[in-house]
Amino acid sequence: MEEAHGVIKKFLYVNRKAPYGSIYALESLEVVLIGAAFEQEVSLAFVGDGVYQLAKGQDTKGLAMKNFSPTFRALEDYDVTRLYVEEEALQARGLTAADLVVPVELVSAPRMAEIMEGHDVILSF
Amino acid sequence: MKLGILVNEGPYTHQASDTAYHFVKAALAKGHEVFRVFFYHDGVNNATRLTVPPQDERNIVKRWSELAAQHKLDLVVCIAAAQRRGIMDAAEAKRHGKDAHNIAPGFRISGLGQLIEAGIQADRLVVFGD
Repeated sequence: MEEAHGVIKKFLYVNRKAPYGSIYALESLEVVLIGAAFEQEVSLAFVGDGVYQLAKGQDTKGLAMKNFSPTFRALEDYDVTRLYVEEEALQARGLTAADLVVPVELVSAPRMAEIMEGHDVILSF
Repeated sequence: MKLGILVNEGPYTHQASDTAYHFVKAALAKGHEVFRVFFYHDGVNNATRLTVPPQDERNIVKRWSELAAQHKLDLVVCIAAAQRRGIMDAAEAKRHGKDAHNIAPGFRISGLGQLIEAGIQADRLVVFGD
Protein backbone atom coordinates (compact mmCIF):
# COMPACT_ATOMS: atom_id res chain seq x y z
CA MET A 1 0.00 0.00 0.00
CA GLU A 2 1.26 3.43 -0.91
CA GLU A 3 1.57 5.97 1.82
CA ALA A 4 2.41 9.64 1.87
CA HIS A 5 5.76 9.87 3.58
CA GLY A 6 5.67 11.63 6.90
CA VAL A 7 2.25 13.20 6.46
CA ILE A 8 0.13 12.85 9.55
CA LYS A 9 -3.40 14.09 9.29
CA LYS A 10 -6.21 14.19 11.80
CA PHE A 11 -8.98 11.82 10.72
CA LEU A 12 -12.43 12.00 12.26
CA TYR A 13 -14.96 9.26 11.62
CA VAL A 14 -18.45 10.58 12.25
CA ASN A 15 -20.98 7.87 13.02
CA ARG A 16 -24.56 9.00 12.57
CA LYS A 17 -26.59 5.84 12.17
CA ALA A 18 -27.93 3.11 14.44
CA PRO A 19 -25.91 -0.13 14.19
CA TYR A 20 -28.06 -2.75 12.43
CA GLY A 21 -30.80 -1.04 10.42
CA SER A 22 -28.25 -0.18 7.74
CA ILE A 23 -24.69 -1.21 6.98
CA TYR A 24 -23.07 2.20 7.52
CA ALA A 25 -21.97 1.54 11.10
CA LEU A 26 -20.31 -1.81 10.37
CA GLU A 27 -18.58 -0.61 7.22
CA SER A 28 -17.46 2.57 9.00
CA LEU A 29 -15.77 0.42 11.61
CA GLU A 30 -14.05 -1.51 8.82
CA VAL A 31 -12.55 1.74 7.53
CA VAL A 32 -11.40 2.67 11.04
CA LEU A 33 -9.62 -0.67 11.46
CA ILE A 34 -7.90 -0.50 8.07
CA GLY A 35 -7.09 3.17 8.55
CA ALA A 36 -5.39 2.45 11.87
CA ALA A 37 -2.51 0.86 9.96
CA PHE A 38 -1.67 4.20 8.32
CA GLU A 39 -0.31 5.88 11.41
CA GLN A 40 -2.61 8.86 11.22
CA GLU A 41 -4.27 10.60 14.14
CA VAL A 42 -7.66 8.97 14.42
CA SER A 43 -10.75 9.99 16.39
CA LEU A 44 -14.33 8.81 16.34
CA ALA A 45 -17.45 10.88 16.83
CA PHE A 46 -20.92 9.58 17.57
CA VAL A 47 -23.85 11.87 16.90
CA GLY A 48 -27.61 11.37 16.53
CA ASP A 49 -28.63 7.72 16.30
CA GLY A 50 -24.93 6.87 15.99
CA VAL A 51 -24.74 6.79 19.78
CA TYR A 52 -26.72 3.52 19.71
CA GLN A 53 -23.65 1.84 18.19
CA LEU A 54 -21.97 2.06 21.59
CA ALA A 55 -24.91 0.91 23.71
CA LYS A 56 -24.26 -1.96 26.09
CA GLY A 57 -26.24 -5.18 25.94
CA GLN A 58 -26.71 -5.48 22.18
CA ASP A 59 -28.22 -8.83 21.28
CA THR A 60 -28.35 -9.55 17.56
CA LYS A 61 -29.12 -13.27 17.66
CA GLY A 62 -32.61 -12.80 16.29
CA LEU A 63 -31.27 -10.70 13.40
CA ALA A 64 -28.76 -13.26 12.09
CA MET A 65 -26.22 -10.44 12.20
CA LYS A 66 -22.94 -10.22 14.04
CA ASN A 67 -22.91 -8.07 17.16
CA PHE A 68 -19.92 -5.86 16.38
CA SER A 69 -20.10 -3.67 19.48
CA PRO A 70 -17.21 -5.60 21.19
CA THR A 71 -14.95 -4.30 18.40
CA PHE A 72 -15.20 -0.82 19.90
CA ARG A 73 -13.48 -2.18 23.00
CA ALA A 74 -10.61 -3.44 20.82
CA LEU A 75 -9.97 -0.03 19.27
CA GLU A 76 -7.55 0.79 22.06
CA ASP A 77 -5.21 -1.89 20.67
CA TYR A 78 -5.21 0.07 17.42
CA ASP A 79 -4.27 3.29 19.24
CA VAL A 80 -7.73 4.68 18.63
CA THR A 81 -8.59 6.17 21.99
CA ARG A 82 -10.44 9.40 21.27
CA LEU A 83 -14.15 8.72 21.13
CA TYR A 84 -16.38 11.76 21.26
CA VAL A 85 -20.09 11.35 21.97
CA GLU A 86 -22.64 14.11 21.48
CA GLU A 87 -24.14 14.62 24.90
CA GLU A 88 -27.50 15.91 23.63
CA ALA A 89 -27.93 12.86 21.39
CA LEU A 90 -27.27 10.54 24.31
CA GLN A 91 -29.69 12.37 26.60
CA ALA A 92 -32.42 12.51 23.97
CA ARG A 93 -32.27 8.72 23.77
CA GLY A 94 -32.38 8.18 27.52
CA LEU A 95 -28.77 7.00 27.71
CA THR A 96 -25.80 7.99 29.85
CA ALA A 97 -22.08 7.32 29.54
CA ALA A 98 -22.57 4.37 31.91
CA ASP A 99 -24.73 2.67 29.26
CA LEU A 100 -21.87 2.56 26.75
CA VAL A 101 -19.42 -0.28 26.05
CA VAL A 102 -16.34 1.96 26.15
CA PRO A 103 -15.22 5.07 28.02
CA VAL A 104 -15.98 8.14 25.93
CA GLU A 105 -15.68 11.89 26.11
CA LEU A 106 -19.09 13.53 26.27
CA VAL A 107 -19.20 16.78 24.33
CA SER A 108 -21.95 19.28 23.61
CA ALA A 109 -23.16 19.73 20.03
CA PRO A 110 -21.39 23.13 19.68
CA ARG A 111 -18.18 21.57 21.03
CA MET A 112 -18.59 18.74 18.51
CA ALA A 113 -18.66 21.35 15.76
CA GLU A 114 -15.36 22.74 17.06
CA ILE A 115 -13.88 19.24 17.15
CA MET A 116 -14.87 18.71 13.53
CA GLU A 117 -13.34 22.05 12.64
CA GLY A 118 -10.08 20.85 14.16
CA HIS A 119 -9.77 17.80 11.89
CA ASP A 120 -8.24 17.50 8.42
CA VAL A 121 -10.27 14.60 7.05
CA ILE A 122 -13.86 13.92 8.07
CA LEU A 123 -15.51 10.71 6.97
CA SER A 124 -19.20 10.64 7.82
CA PHE A 125 -21.16 7.45 7.85
CA MET B 1 -6.69 22.00 -5.37
CA LYS B 2 -6.24 18.26 -5.13
CA LEU B 3 -9.54 16.54 -4.34
CA GLY B 4 -10.49 13.11 -3.09
CA ILE B 5 -14.07 11.96 -3.59
CA LEU B 6 -16.05 9.37 -1.67
CA VAL B 7 -19.34 8.07 -3.10
CA ASN B 8 -21.39 6.13 -0.55
CA GLU B 9 -24.68 5.48 -2.35
CA GLY B 10 -25.83 3.47 -5.34
CA PRO B 11 -26.96 4.94 -8.65
CA TYR B 12 -30.58 6.03 -9.29
CA THR B 13 -31.89 5.37 -5.77
CA HIS B 14 -29.96 8.30 -4.35
CA GLN B 15 -28.56 11.57 -5.66
CA ALA B 16 -25.06 11.02 -4.21
CA SER B 17 -23.56 9.55 -7.38
CA ASP B 18 -25.13 12.22 -9.61
CA THR B 19 -23.97 15.04 -7.36
CA ALA B 20 -20.48 13.58 -7.10
CA TYR B 21 -20.32 13.23 -10.89
CA HIS B 22 -21.32 16.83 -11.50
CA PHE B 23 -18.99 18.03 -8.75
CA VAL B 24 -16.04 16.13 -10.25
CA LYS B 25 -16.83 17.38 -13.75
CA ALA B 26 -17.07 20.97 -12.56
CA ALA B 27 -13.90 20.68 -10.50
CA LEU B 28 -11.95 19.31 -13.47
CA ALA B 29 -13.33 22.07 -15.70
CA LYS B 30 -12.01 24.62 -13.21
CA GLY B 31 -8.56 23.05 -13.38
CA HIS B 32 -8.62 21.17 -10.08
CA GLU B 33 -7.04 17.77 -9.76
CA VAL B 34 -9.10 14.75 -8.73
CA PHE B 35 -6.74 12.34 -7.00
CA ARG B 36 -9.24 9.51 -6.74
CA VAL B 37 -12.95 8.69 -6.63
CA PHE B 38 -13.61 5.94 -4.09
CA PHE B 39 -16.86 3.97 -4.09
CA TYR B 40 -18.02 2.52 -0.79
CA HIS B 41 -21.18 1.05 0.79
CA ASP B 42 -23.85 0.77 -1.95
CA GLY B 43 -21.70 3.18 -3.94
CA VAL B 44 -19.94 0.11 -5.36
CA ASN B 45 -23.09 -0.47 -7.44
CA ASN B 46 -21.99 2.45 -9.60
CA ALA B 47 -19.40 0.09 -11.06
CA THR B 48 -21.52 -2.59 -12.71
CA ARG B 49 -21.45 -2.51 -16.50
CA LEU B 50 -24.67 -4.58 -16.57
CA THR B 51 -26.98 -1.65 -15.84
CA VAL B 52 -29.43 -0.98 -18.66
CA PRO B 53 -31.37 2.18 -17.82
CA PRO B 54 -34.22 3.24 -20.16
CA GLN B 55 -32.86 5.01 -23.23
CA ASP B 56 -34.27 8.39 -22.27
CA GLU B 57 -32.54 8.26 -18.88
CA ARG B 58 -28.98 9.17 -17.97
CA ASN B 59 -26.58 6.22 -17.86
CA ILE B 60 -24.79 6.83 -14.57
CA VAL B 61 -22.28 4.00 -14.87
CA LYS B 62 -21.35 4.80 -18.47
CA ARG B 63 -21.00 8.46 -17.54
CA TRP B 64 -18.40 7.61 -14.88
CA SER B 65 -16.54 5.31 -17.30
CA GLU B 66 -16.44 8.04 -19.95
CA LEU B 67 -15.27 10.69 -17.51
CA ALA B 68 -12.54 8.33 -16.30
CA ALA B 69 -11.35 7.75 -19.87
CA GLN B 70 -11.35 11.47 -20.68
CA HIS B 71 -9.48 12.59 -17.60
CA LYS B 72 -7.57 9.46 -16.56
CA LEU B 73 -9.60 9.41 -13.34
CA ASP B 74 -8.80 6.75 -10.76
CA LEU B 75 -12.17 5.14 -9.94
CA VAL B 76 -11.70 2.67 -7.09
CA VAL B 77 -14.30 0.26 -5.75
CA CYS B 78 -13.88 -1.09 -2.22
CA ILE B 79 -13.20 -4.81 -2.44
CA ALA B 80 -15.00 -5.83 0.77
CA ALA B 81 -18.09 -3.77 -0.04
CA ALA B 82 -18.01 -5.05 -3.64
CA GLN B 83 -17.84 -8.68 -2.57
CA ARG B 84 -20.89 -8.27 -0.36
CA ARG B 85 -22.86 -6.78 -3.23
CA GLY B 86 -21.69 -8.90 -6.14
CA ILE B 87 -19.42 -6.47 -7.96
CA MET B 88 -16.59 -8.50 -9.50
CA ASP B 89 -13.72 -8.11 -11.89
CA ALA B 90 -12.34 -11.10 -13.80
CA ALA B 91 -9.70 -11.92 -11.18
CA GLU B 92 -12.16 -11.71 -8.27
CA ALA B 93 -14.73 -13.85 -10.12
CA LYS B 94 -12.10 -16.49 -10.76
CA ARG B 95 -10.87 -16.39 -7.17
CA HIS B 96 -14.37 -16.93 -5.80
CA GLY B 97 -15.41 -19.47 -8.41
CA LYS B 98 -18.10 -17.23 -9.90
CA ASP B 99 -19.30 -17.68 -13.49
CA ALA B 100 -19.37 -13.99 -14.37
CA HIS B 101 -17.92 -10.60 -13.66
CA ASN B 102 -19.43 -7.19 -14.16
CA ILE B 103 -17.02 -4.35 -13.47
CA ALA B 104 -17.38 -1.41 -15.85
CA PRO B 105 -14.46 0.06 -17.83
CA GLY B 106 -12.39 2.60 -15.92
CA PHE B 107 -13.15 1.14 -12.49
CA ARG B 108 -10.76 -0.98 -10.46
CA ILE B 109 -11.29 -3.02 -7.31
CA SER B 110 -8.97 -2.40 -4.38
CA GLY B 111 -8.82 -2.09 -0.62
CA LEU B 112 -9.97 0.51 1.88
CA GLY B 113 -6.37 1.67 2.18
CA GLN B 114 -6.98 3.50 -1.09
CA LEU B 115 -9.61 5.61 0.68
CA ILE B 116 -7.30 6.44 3.56
CA GLU B 117 -4.55 7.28 1.09
CA ALA B 118 -6.94 9.64 -0.72
CA GLY B 119 -7.62 11.32 2.63
CA ILE B 120 -3.90 11.75 3.22
CA GLN B 121 -2.95 12.86 -0.30
CA ALA B 122 -5.86 15.13 -1.16
CA ASP B 123 -6.23 18.69 0.10
CA ARG B 124 -9.93 17.95 0.63
CA LEU B 125 -11.84 14.70 0.83
CA VAL B 126 -15.43 15.29 -0.16
CA VAL B 127 -18.04 12.72 0.92
CA PHE B 128 -21.25 12.19 -1.07
CA GLY B 129 -23.77 10.08 0.79
CA ASP B 130 -26.87 9.83 2.88
